[in-house]
Parts: sequence; structure tokens; C-alpha cells
Amino acid sequence: MASVTFDKATRLYPGSTRPAVDALDLDVADGEFLVLVGPSGCGKSTSLRMLAGLEEINDGRVLIGDRDVTDVPPKDRDIAMVFQNYALYPHMTVAENMGFALKIAGVSKDERATRVLEAARLLDLEPYLGRKPKALSGGQRQRVAMGRAIVRQPQVFLMDEPLSNLDAKLRVQTRTQIASLQRRLGVTTVYVTHDQTEALTMGDRIAVLKDGVLQQVGTPRDLYAAPVNVFVAGFIGSPAMNLFDVDVVDGGLKFGTAVAKVDRETLGATKAKKVTIGVRPEDVKVATSGAGLPVNVDVVEELGADGYLYGHSEIDGKRVDIVVRVDGRNHPSAGDKVFITPEPDHIHAFDTETGLRLTKKAIEAK
Amino acid sequence: MAGSLNITAATIDPALLDLPWGVPLELWPDDSIAALPKGISRHLVRFVHLSGYVVAIKETSAELAKREYDMLRTLQRLDIPCVDPVATITNRTDADGNPLESVLVTRHLKFSLPYRALYSQTLRPDTATRLVDAAAVLLVRLHIIGFFWGDVSLSNTLFRRDAGAFAAYLVDAETGQLYSGGLSNGQRENDLEIARVNIAGELLDLQAGGRLQDDVDPVEISNGIVAQYRTLWKELTGSEEFDQSERWRINQRVERLNDLGFDIEELAIKTDTTGTQVRIQPKVVDAGHHQRRLLRLTGLDAQENQARRLLNDLDSYIATYGDGSVDEEMAAHQWVAQAFEPVIRAIPRELQGRLEPAEIFHQLLDHRWYISQNQKRDVPLAEAVQSYVDNVLRHRRDEATLIDPPTGAFTLETEVVGDDDEDDWRKNV
Ligand SMILES: Nc1ncnc2c1ncn2[C@@H]1O[C@H](COP(=O)(O)OP(=O)(O)OP(=O)(O)O)[C@@H](O)[C@H]1O
Ligand SMILES: Nc1ncnc2c1ncn2[C@@H]1O[C@H](COP(=O)(O)OP(=O)(O)OP(=O)(O)O)[C@@H](O)[C@H]1O
Ligand SMILES: [Mg+2]
Ligand SMILES: [Mg+2]
Repeated sequence: MASVTFDKATRLYPGSTRPAVDALDLDVADGEFLVLVGPSGCGKSTSLRMLAGLEEINDGRVLIGDRDVTDVPPKDRDIAMVFQNYALYPHMTVAENMGFALKIAGVSKDERATRVLEAARLLDLEPYLGRKPKALSGGQRQRVAMGRAIVRQPQVFLMDEPLSNLDAKLRVQTRTQIASLQRRLGVTTVYVTHDQTEALTMGDRIAVLKDGVLQQVGTPRDLYAAPVNVFVAGFIGSPAMNLFDVDVVDGGLKFGTAVAKVDRETLGATKAKKVTIGVRPEDVKVATSGAGLPVNVDVVEELGADGYLYGHSEIDGKRVDIVVRVDGRNHPSAGDKVFITPEPDHIHAFDTETGLRLTKKAIEAK
Repeated sequence: MAGSLNITAATIDPALLDLPWGVPLELWPDDSIAALPKGISRHLVRFVHLSGYVVAIKETSAELAKREYDMLRTLQRLDIPCVDPVATITNRTDADGNPLESVLVTRHLKFSLPYRALYSQTLRPDTATRLVDAAAVLLVRLHIIGFFWGDVSLSNTLFRRDAGAFAAYLVDAETGQLYSGGLSNGQRENDLEIARVNIAGELLDLQAGGRLQDDVDPVEISNGIVAQYRTLWKELTGSEEFDQSERWRINQRVERLNDLGFDIEELAIKTDTTGTQVRIQPKVVDAGHHQRRLLRLTGLDAQENQARRLLNDLDSYIATYGDGSVDEEMAAHQWVAQAFEPVIRAIPRELQGRLEPAEIFHQLLDHRWYISQNQKRDVPLAEAVQSYVDNVLRHRRDEATLIDPPTGAFTLETEVVGDDDEDDWRKNV
């Protein structure tokens, strides 16, 4: 087992002008489950290949444990890359399906049997080792596929969107299985996804990338409560945080006809006349009259106990889309006009120019 | 429910609309299903007869279906051998209004065979090697245009006979990604590693099912794709340097690539400051050297190796009958009229679906050579055709759309694979 360190690691593809991964500094602790998340093209797969030894590193270093592996070929790095392919082979037993990668790697038969048995016990598959996949349930098949990776017993697992071609239901199931299995095994894991929900539910810590640059790394709670900039604020959380530019006024921020109170420390952090305000959908109060930001309701999505109100407002002549969490049964209807105000102490403020967070304290989920 | 279906297609065959989209694919009536062999897959794929052709229908998510449809169209535009996307159908619901999975419809590739149907009993080492060689050519072509496959495997490739070898087609583009600036070495290596592991797994599976000849080593064969790929990649993209006096090496490089079936569209040539050293590197290469020449001369469309074979015959035809004055096009025209077409016409109608015309012609040439050797005389074409039809073609299975193969196709979810379970799993782990 080992930690992983990216030390100012940079990858510039031939012919590109901008690095795909730009001076990445990241420490993954021994046994940690780290999720790399970000929109398409932000450099997730490139980072993973750099760690795997498949992608050239133009600058900086990569370490596994204390060992600088920057110039070590993939096969000598003791890592296992888990492919997307979950297809099982119909003529092979569960044991063979789990052990075949070891056969390719030239591991002896005795050793293969030992490792397969160990993995099968871990996955509750021991009674099925002699069976063919056709006799297994869907969930058991998924576990066999996981067994394939486990038997390799690497220092580090690398997974690049392993769930992307599963249907929604199986994806949620498998997500939980992978996360709990990783915790039992305690093998350091770097997991790539573009799906922030997946990141929040699986990772011990999450690293958010954008345009090849690391934006923030922290626990799901850190990222949720104190996003370091507008990008992370808008990326983490679903539905996304409401973000728009407002005027700074005496004692706070202009919020329609109301004033959203913001502490002095936050306001003191900038001299600008405008800042970007961020309010999560669950941190908004809705009223049918009174002071606040007027919002026209476009549609309300009911999800049982809760619902989401989607509407729009206008600030300085610009249309602003708004999402608010509402009661699932007792809520305004499409076409209504409502007034919203943020919950006190649940306001994130960002510098409009730099996008950087102005609010000092973290804002925990309610 | 047909009213609410959402269909994306370039052109639409009305027959497609009549299929029972309100029923899960698994439950479609057997009479609409064509029992064709297929590779291993996670999604349910079934074949369906439409008017005069067969389509493959894959149930998957709307997002993946659309993505794959677009990707296949792009690959086709880039001249990559792959299956033809027909449509995506989303918003399916059953009679009670419950949502059903979206589908991707592709045209069944005529004369194509999944690797599991390419042999009738067990897979021989030379066949296995040829499959892997064909897959390597496909992978090189994909990498040249900047396509990272992400799921390279024999199951995701279809094979067509190609004059004793195979031509490989991409069938599953779901995980693929196109990078306009080309791939990095790391991305190519990633695909190669995936290919190596998957192909070894697929061959080990055949072995477990007793479908691999004893002397085939799955691991060795799967390593073969890597070696074959590297050789080809180097030849197609590598730079070489030589003395100014050896400029014939430029032509030599071009010819070597032609032999491999590629044309150089753009070659970078640089001389050093002293003007004594020359460095060349192919910049743009295009597969299908022989295919294009055959098409230009004869209008015949064939696979690369078939084209090479036909062109050889054409060249010897010109050498034998040409008086040196007729131009190549004229002679080619005569060859089609006097050699190629009479042979194809001589094939009884009921046997015409067995193989592609170009493949028939190739096999006929082989057959003629073989009986000529045996009988120690030059067997004339007409006689050879008769012998070929009676002794070879009649005994082959139909491959236009191979039906009910003895190999048995399956999808993991639906069909049962014989054999009992193992008492002691340790035996074969
Ligand atoms: N071979 C290449 N040559 C040039 N640029 C490349 C190459 N491969 C990737 N890129 C670019 O590098 C950036 C990072 O790519 P990468 O594949 O790492 O992103 P990603 O975050 O994994 O995206 P996705 O979620 O779409 O897989 C992108 O802008 C991509 O277009
Ligand atoms: N157009 C076609 N022509 C002939 N065969 C086809 C066609 N489309 C699919 N097939 C067959 O169906 C099989 C499964 O299709 P495909 O690989 O697209 O499914 P999949 O579920 O995406 O696979 P995977 O598990 O690799 O992701 C292929 O191996 C191939 O044999
Ligand atoms: Mg497939
Ligand atoms: Mg697929």
C-alpha cells in the first residue's frame, strides 16, 4: 500500500499551446479514495494516465509512496487500471473470470488460486467459484468483475469512469459496492468521473479540475460548505447553486427589494461595488409577498416530500435563472410570481473579477 | 405509443417504424428476429429482418445511443471501416406507459462474421493470428485519425474475408473518443493494453469452451496484436534519415507503404543545413491503396487484399494479352468483361450468397492454381469455375447473413451456454 503524490506534474500534448494538466500538486494518502472530478476535457484521464505511466510527464514528478516513478514504465509501478469493460466470459467459471488477468501476467497457478479465493471470500462469491456466469444474478456478475481487479493486489487502483456505461440503477448500486469494497481493502484509489454526485457519494476527498488546473481538493463537506471559487460553487451540488452578480449596499448585498445580510469580514475583503452571490436551492426562502427578489415561476418539479421550483428573475436588465427547493405538496405553481430571500448565514460571496471566495466561514448544509 | 417515439436518422425506412417498439426487445416475437451470430456484449443486441436487409438493434441509454450514433457517422465520414448507423430511437414506452430503453439501430454488415463464427470446429493458430493481424490494422487506422477506442476487443470487431486474410470493422464505438490533434503515445498504449487483455480473455474463453486448438496459446496470440501494431505504426509514421545520394529510398518507402495497402498523401521531406542528409516522414497516409486502384480501373469494390489479388490477375492478364499499346484502363475493361464477369455469372444463383464476388474470384484463382498443379496442366478458367462450384462453393455455408451457425451465438443475458459447472474450480483457474 502506498500514497500517491503529484508534484507540479505537467502534461503538454504535442501541438497544443496549453497544458492538458498544469502543474498539478496533489497528495493522496495511503488507503484513501480520491475522486478526480471536472467537466469534459479538464484533464482527468490525462492525470490518470500520468500516474499509470502511460502519459509522458513534461515537467514535475509523480511519486508512489516515497518512490519517484516519473520515469518508471507502467508495468513496474504496481498499479492496476480498471477498464470499463464488465463483460464476463461465458465459458469460463467465476474463478477463471476472476483470475484470467493473473494468467496473462504470468502468475503461478497456486498463487492464482490463493488470490482468487481471497477475493471471492471478500465478495461473498466463494460458493460460486465453480459456476459459469450465466448462473449468476446481475449483482453477482458485477462483483465478479470487481474481483478481477482485486486479485491483482496492486498498491494503487486507477479507475476511469468505470460506471459510465451502466444504466442508472446498476450505476447507483455498483457505486456503493465499489466504495465499501475499497474501504474494506484499504487500497489507495484514484477514481475519475465527470459526475459530481458520484464524486460526493464515493470519495474520501475530491479534487476538482478545470482546464487542467486543480481548483480545490477536500472532503465532500469542504467542497460543499466552502467552495474556493465560483467554478467549484457551481459545479458541486445538484441542482447547482444560484449564482449571480449583485450590488454591494450598506450592511450586505442587494437582493431585489431586500438586503441580504453579510458579515463585515466578507464585505471587507473587497472594495468592488459588485460581488457574485451564491445561494444553494435549499437555502432560499419563498414568500408570495413582501421584500426579496421577484421570481416568475416556470415549472415546479415534485419529487415526493421535496420539490424544485425553477423560475427566472431580472437583475440589471439581465435574465437570471433561479432554482429553489420547496415543499413537495405545498408550493407555488407555474406562472406565479414569488419573492425569494436567502437564509441568513447561508450566503456565499465571490469576487466578481477573480471568482475567488470572499466569505471566510464554511456554510454547512442544513 | 408510436406517436411519442423520438427517432433520429438520416433517412428512414418506413418498415423500421412498424417494428414493435412498445415491447422490450427481449420479448420481440421470434419470427421477426434473425438468428445471427454475435460477440459477447453487455447490452442486449438482436437482429431483425427488414425489407431486403437486416439490422442490429441494441438496447441502451438514450445518451449512449445518440453518442454512438454520432460517433459511427463521424467514423464513416473519415473512411473507417465500421458498421453503418441507421437510427436512434428514444422515448419508448410500453402499453402501460412505462419507459423502455432507447435503442441504436445499425445495419447488419453483410458478409461480416463475429470471431466466434469464423471457424466451424476449433480455432486454428493461423486463423487466430490472422484475426489479430486484421484487428491491428484497424487499430492503427483508428489511431491515425486520432480515435481512442477504449474497448478494443474481438467482440467489438467484425471480420470479413479478404483473400485468405481478414478485414476488420469496428462495431462498438460506445467508449470511443476522437482527438482532432491525434493521439498521444500514452493514449495509444492505453488502447493496446486494453486490446491485449481483452483478446487474451476472449481466446481463453474459447479455450475454456473447448473451441481452441491445443497448440494455440491465447496469451501469445494476444501479445501478437501489440507486435503487429508496432511494426505497422512504425512503417506508417516513423521518420528515416539517409544520405542525399540515397534518395531512391523515398520511392522505396512509398512502395513499402503501398505494399502494406497504404498511400502516402503527404510526405515531409527535410534536408539538413549542409544539404547532405535527408529526413523523411509520412504525414498523411490513407488505407486502401489497392482498393482504390481496383475501383479506378474496374469499378469493382473489394477489400484490400482481394483487390491486391484481383489486380495481380489483371496485371498478368495485361502481360499475356496486351500488345503493349492498349492503355491500362482499356485493358482493365477487357479483363472485367472477359475474366471477372464470366466467372461471377457462372456461379449458380442459389450459391451467390455464399461469399462476396471478389472473394469468390480470389478463391477461384486459388482453386485453379491448385488443380493445375495437381493435373500438371493449365486448367482453363471456364473449367476451373465448374470444378470450384462443385467441389468448393457448394459445400460452404452461406455468409451473406450467416444463419443458424453451428457455433451458436449468445448474449450473456439471454442465452444459455451449455456445459456444466466445474466441481473443482481450482483445476482451471
Ligand atoms: N492526444 C492529444 N493531443 C492534444 N490534446 C489532447 C490529446 N488528448 C487529450 N487532449 C486534450 O487535453 C485535454 C484533457 O483531456 P482529458 O482526456 O484528460 O480530459 P478528461 O477530463 O478526461 O475529459 P473527458 O471527461 O471528456 O474524458 C482536453 O482539452 C483534450 O482535448
Ligand atoms: N451492425 C452489426 N452487424 C453485425 N453484427 C453486429 C452489429 N451490431 C452489433 N453486432 C453484434 O452484436 C454484438 C454486440 O454489439 P455491441 O458490441 O455494440 O454491444 P455492447 O453491449 O455495446 O458491447 P460491450 O459489452 O462490448 O460494450 C457485437 O459483438 C456484434 O457481434
Ligand atoms: Mg461490444
Ligand atoms: Mg459497448
